[in-house]
Amino acid sequence: MSPGSFDSIAAVLLIPNVSAALLAVLPGYRLPARLNVVASFATFLAALSLFVVDRPPPGPYVLVDDLNIVFIVLNTFVGFTTSIFSASYIAHELETGRLTPRYLRFYHAMYQIMMFGMNLAFVSNNIGLMWVAVEIATLTTVLMVGIYRTHAALEAAWKYFILGSVGIAFALFGTILVYMAARPVVGEGQDGMVWTLLIQHAANFDPSLLNVAFIFLLLGYGTKVGLAPLHAWLPDAHAEGPTPISAVLSGLLLNVALYALLRFKILLAANPDAIAPGPLMVTIGLVSVVFAAFMLYRRRDIKRLFAYSSIEHMGIIVFAFGMGGPLANFAGLLHMVMHSLTKSAIFYAVGHISQIKGTQRISRIRGLTVTHPALGWGLVMGVVAIAGLPPLGIFMSEFLVVTSTFARAPLLAIILVFGLLLAFGALTLRLTSVAFGNPRGSKAPAEASYVPMFAHLSLVLIAGIYLPTPLVAWFQHVARLLG
Amino acid sequence: MQMHSLSFDVSHTLAGSLVLISFMMLYQDRLYSLLNVFALHALVLALSVAWQAYIQNAPHLYITAAIALVFKAMVIPFALHRIVRQLGIHRDIEAAVGVGPTMLAGMALVALSMVLMLRVTAEADPLAREDLAFALSVVLLGLLVMVTRRNAVSQVVGFMSLENGLVLAATGAKGMPLVVEISVAFSILIAFIVIGIFLFRIRERFDSVDVSALDDFRGEQR
Repeated sequence: MSPGSFDSIAAVLLIPNVSAALLAVLPGYRLPARLNVVASFATFLAALSLFVVDRPPPGPYVLVDDLNIVFIVLNTFVGFTTSIFSASYIAHELETGRLTPRYLRFYHAMYQIMMFGMNLAFVSNNIGLMWVAVEIATLTTVLMVGIYRTHAALEAAWKYFILGSVGIAFALFGTILVYMAARPVVGEGQDGMVWTLLIQHAANFDPSLLNVAFIFLLLGYGTKVGLAPLHAWLPDAHAEGPTPISAVLSGLLLNVALYALLRFKILLAANPDAIAPGPLMVTIGLVSVVFAAFMLYRRRDIKRLFAYSSIEHMGIIVFAFGMGGPLANFAGLLHMVMHSLTKSAIFYAVGHISQIKGTQRISRIRGLTVTHPALGWGLVMGVVAIAGLPPLGIFMSEFLVVTSTFARAPLLAIILVFGLLLAFGALTLRLTSVAFGNPRGSKAPAEASYVPMFAHLSLVLIAGIYLPTPLVAWFQHVARLLG
Repeated sequence: MQMHSLSFDVSHTLAGSLVLISFMMLYQDRLYSLLNVFALHALVLALSVAWQAYIQNAPHLYITAAIALVFKAMVIPFALHRIVRQLGIHRDIEAAVGVGPTMLAGMALVALSMVLMLRVTAEADPLAREDLAFALSVVLLGLLVMVTRRNAVSQVVGFMSLENGLVLAATGAKGMPLVVEISVAFSILIAFIVIGIFLFRIRERFDSVDVSALDDFRGEQR
């Protein structure tokens, strides 16, 4: 065991904590915003170093394997770029008085605690600890969604809190059931919750208990993923909170819950007598895709529009992982990365746009490419990417999902394609009115930070044209791990 | 053998009375009486957890029992009483669904959880499996309280009773790690979020703590 590995994990967890403490007391705006960026960047570097240092053997609490490194690096990268976007976004909010300096301190501290919670969920090897970490991350976002304290923001936060709590409860009940299933085999106490031990012995667990446990976990963590009958909190939370939070909610928090779900899926798959988790995930994924695609047509609020698009894409990802097999898993993984990058880039653009126009109503935003070319074309590119047009990365991952499904279950593929086309139609419809046509609304010049948005979009573009071989090999390896 | 059956009977009785008290919550139509019933719920939970600590010989569970007793059976109901009084919240609870259908739904949920849990845990030891079946009933009844009430305070009470069911399940699972930590985390969650932030903020902005008032501000205006 090399000391370096522990240092990296400790850094990924400690940097957000220490900076949260600092940010909670530092006054002013410039310094904390910069510190937030620096801390996020340092966390990202620490996460990258996980690639090179030796991995520690899985302990009772911490685990680093090929699967979670992908999630951690993506998480800290988007966390870093969002902190850059947040700096310029928050400056505007301070000017307009929507946020006071006191709330700003709270906001920055919460941002880092949320990053800590998400990173902890990824590295935890203990299903109890993972549950706690997901809850920390959720709670901080509840508080941040309500930070503007308007009627709508409070309703959104309350709804998020109530539905999130039900999710919390179900996930914990599922976790307890997994422990009950493990206890006769693994033994009492600590060991009964260590994931790496569970997976070794999963074949001997009581299958019926595991089945019930998975249903609860799917409902519990599925609420957080925003899967269709349980998604009600998601559009409100995205629309009413600060836009950087919408970006991390869509790009990151949904992934955290998805990761938890994947871990339990692997566990269930290791038991031959338990129900196959695949069909459940396929069904709930397809329902989400089709439902969200229909809902996209009725949206009048631009942040809600993209929130529903997130539900659709999480549906695609869960569908792909539910189909399973090396190709579908590969596609699901790629789609998850592409969606995180694209959706957060879109929210960066939308955040600046709604600040300039002073509204989130789609009907009051027109002709962006004329008045604000950089933002307008950035948004166009983002929406083209999220709608799944070539040559961007999402086209490729969706193509892989669809083709791998066609080979195995053509009927399911037809439903999926139907959902994708519906969503495509809705997004193009809205995009043409927002981006083109006679300009409407304020034409004030944007004080935007374009770097994060275009950095994400160019990554998505590059991935659509050429995926580096080592990355493909890594993803293929992880796809095989996922079974 | 004699001792075993006594320990079984006592924990069985306590868990069963938790389910009964959950039923009592379903038909309360006054906020104060709902809070009193909740205090009783938390008290029975404290007894049940303490009994588990005794028969499992797990002293750390006494901490969870103490939290349930002091925090949930005393501090929270008292604080909520004060909030209801100070904010002048309507003391009659407006239920979204009538008492009759709610009770029927409650019975159906309990039957469901019994059938489900007793069937799937056929091989587990009887103490744990009946405990789990009761715990799931309490969780589902708590959920029912949350969905049938419109008022924010009673939704919080529903959530807390749901959480009591989770604590019951966690303490019934012999030797489960992190139980104390989880119960502490839940208490912090309740204290911090619900009372500290939401109620005061909602009160600041709204004339009532009735969640249906919030519905008017749905973001999707036409």
